[in-house]
Amino acid sequence: MKDQRGTGPRPLVTGEGRHNNGPSAVARLRADRNARRTLSIVTLLPVFLIAAITLALIIRSWPVVSGKPLAQTVFGAVWKPEQGLFGFWPFIAGTAWVTVVGMGLAVAPCVFTSLYLSEYANVATRVLAKPVLDLLAAIPPVVYGVWGLLAVVPFVEDVLAPLAKRWLVGIPIFAVNQPTGFGILAGGIVLAVMVAPFIIAVLYEILDTVPEELRHASLAVGATRWQTIRGVVIPKVLPGMVAGIVLGASRALGETIAVLMVVGNVVHVPTSVFDAAYPLPALIANNYGDMMSIPLYDAALLSGALVLLVVILIFNILSTLVLQRLLGRGWT
Amino acid sequence: MTTRRWERRHLAEALVKGMMYFSIGLVAGSLALILWTVVIRGIPAMSWEMVSMPPEGGYFMGKGGGVLNAIIGSLYLASGGTLLALIFGLPIALYLETYLGESPWGRYVRLSLDVLWGIPSIVYGVFGFTLMLAIGLRASLLAGIIVLALLELPIMVRAMDEVIRRMPVDLEQAALALGSTKLEVALRIVTRQMLPGIITAVLLGFGRGIGDAASVLFTAGYTDRITTSLLRPTASLPLAVFFQLASPFPEVQKRGYASALILTVIVLVISLGSRWISGRLSRYTIK
Repeated sequence: MKDQRGTGPRPLVTGEGRHNNGPSAVARLRADRNARRTLSIVTLLPVFLIAAITLALIIRSWPVVSGKPLAQTVFGAVWKPEQGLFGFWPFIAGTAWVTVVGMGLAVAPCVFTSLYLSEYANVATRVLAKPVLDLLAAIPPVVYGVWGLLAVVPFVEDVLAPLAKRWLVGIPIFAVNQPTGFGILAGGIVLAVMVAPFIIAVLYEILDTVPEELRHASLAVGATRWQTIRGVVIPKVLPGMVAGIVLGASRALGETIAVLMVVGNVVHVPTSVFDAAYPLPALIANNYGDMMSIPLYDAALLSGALVLLVVILIFNILSTLVLQRLLGRGWT
Repeated sequence: MTTRRWERRHLAEALVKGMMYFSIGLVAGSLALILWTVVIRGIPAMSWEMVSMPPEGGYFMGKGGGVLNAIIGSLYLASGGTLLALIFGLPIALYLETYLGESPWGRYVRLSLDVLWGIPSIVYGVFGFTLMLAIGLRASLLAGIIVLALLELPIMVRAMDEVIRRMPVDLEQAALALGSTKLEVALRIVTRQMLPGIITAVLLGFGRGIGDAASVLFTAGYTDRITTSLLRPTASLPLAVFFQLASPFPEVQKRGYASALILTVIVLVISLGSRWISGRLSRYTIK
């Protein structure tokens, strides 16, 4: 037994002259050490990538960001690239409108659906829910866009706009100022349907962390299911649910193609849900890559991307931290 | 036996339950409607020509041809991107689990992966384009592959990470107790055990890559030919859908619907297939 000193791997010697033909312990340890070093460098990649993306956007948009006071760029309403006027307010307002409308439509159904899945549904439904949600989350954005063009835009134009004209007269945010269905409402509906599978999956997973005993205790003293949800389940996971919804909103903020196809893309500050809008991602997608002959245009578009990135990073980091704490790991 | 007294709370219960059913109906209904719309509008425009031929001259004015260039381009782009993402992603996932575990640095890396996942694809596209300008690369298959790899990396690593974490701890501990190094645990035990997870992750990344338009818009370009070189631009299905729908000609728009159907079918087959394959393979892992 005296040769069992030291820690770590030893060669597999089982007796005199009966050596294993594999690599020696030294070689195995060296391989392990080398792998650790190489891999630790590869693992820097994600962190490095975030920094690189942010830095690249800052550097490339610097000519526009530094040229004028920031407030003038962010809140300026005049967008005339040929004259060097880059006011981002129409696009920021458009992004905000579409996202708020989309999330406004999505939140309640998503919360109720996830509550049903975690609190009411039987096992068979739950087992089915996950693959179905995965499947729906896999549908490409451009397909949502096609659906938006074929179904949502006509629906807004032929059904919702006439209804609003009839019943919601005099309320500014429901004013119908243009004849087509392309606009914020159509974009919002498409966004709501797009982010729904994602938000439901996150919320469901969060609700799943509530210990079953808590529910049993509440039900045992005579509370109804809904009383249990309101009094026990939701208070336990409220921060997580908010974080999940914020994460969904940050997805909605950056959605490009599907929204671009239905939102109308008119440069103005919208005032009604039936107005067309021009969100930031759509602006970038439509103009970046060409029109490079106009000075500063490319820097201006990149500062648009920078604004988008910064907002999304803030949303993402905060909500991911909350979720990591709650779930004991990161989400998404 | 006492009868239950009908109270307001029971009314609330019924009300809430009604709202839940309504919500589920709404969510499920609109998603079913999407698939229905794409299938119903796509099938009439579908033809053998669509999937077997690249566009002919005047295609975007309604002349003959198909979108084979985009189908092949998308398969190239997504395969290349997925392969590249796997080459970097698998080591990261293994390192996260075997060496880092729950250490602060491990949590930091996971946070950064989650954040990367949240960055919209248009930002990846813009970043890719500035990168291309910096190294003098033009819009090409290679540039598209690189950007898609960046986009898919966080998705794949996190998916693999999830699977590795569900692996029984005893397995790893048993191997370490027998004198394995951590590298051997990673290569001989974790990798085998997570094979179904790797395949799920690969197909998840592939599905995301093949469906993404905003990231390849500036980086991969578009062409009517079937790409033969990494350094030439390539068409892709999402962009084919997008460009055809933007056309004023109804025939071309109809082909856009058919292209959307092709894309949807590819993505759904991948999604269902990955579930099936990983289900088959997980029989051979130790639970």
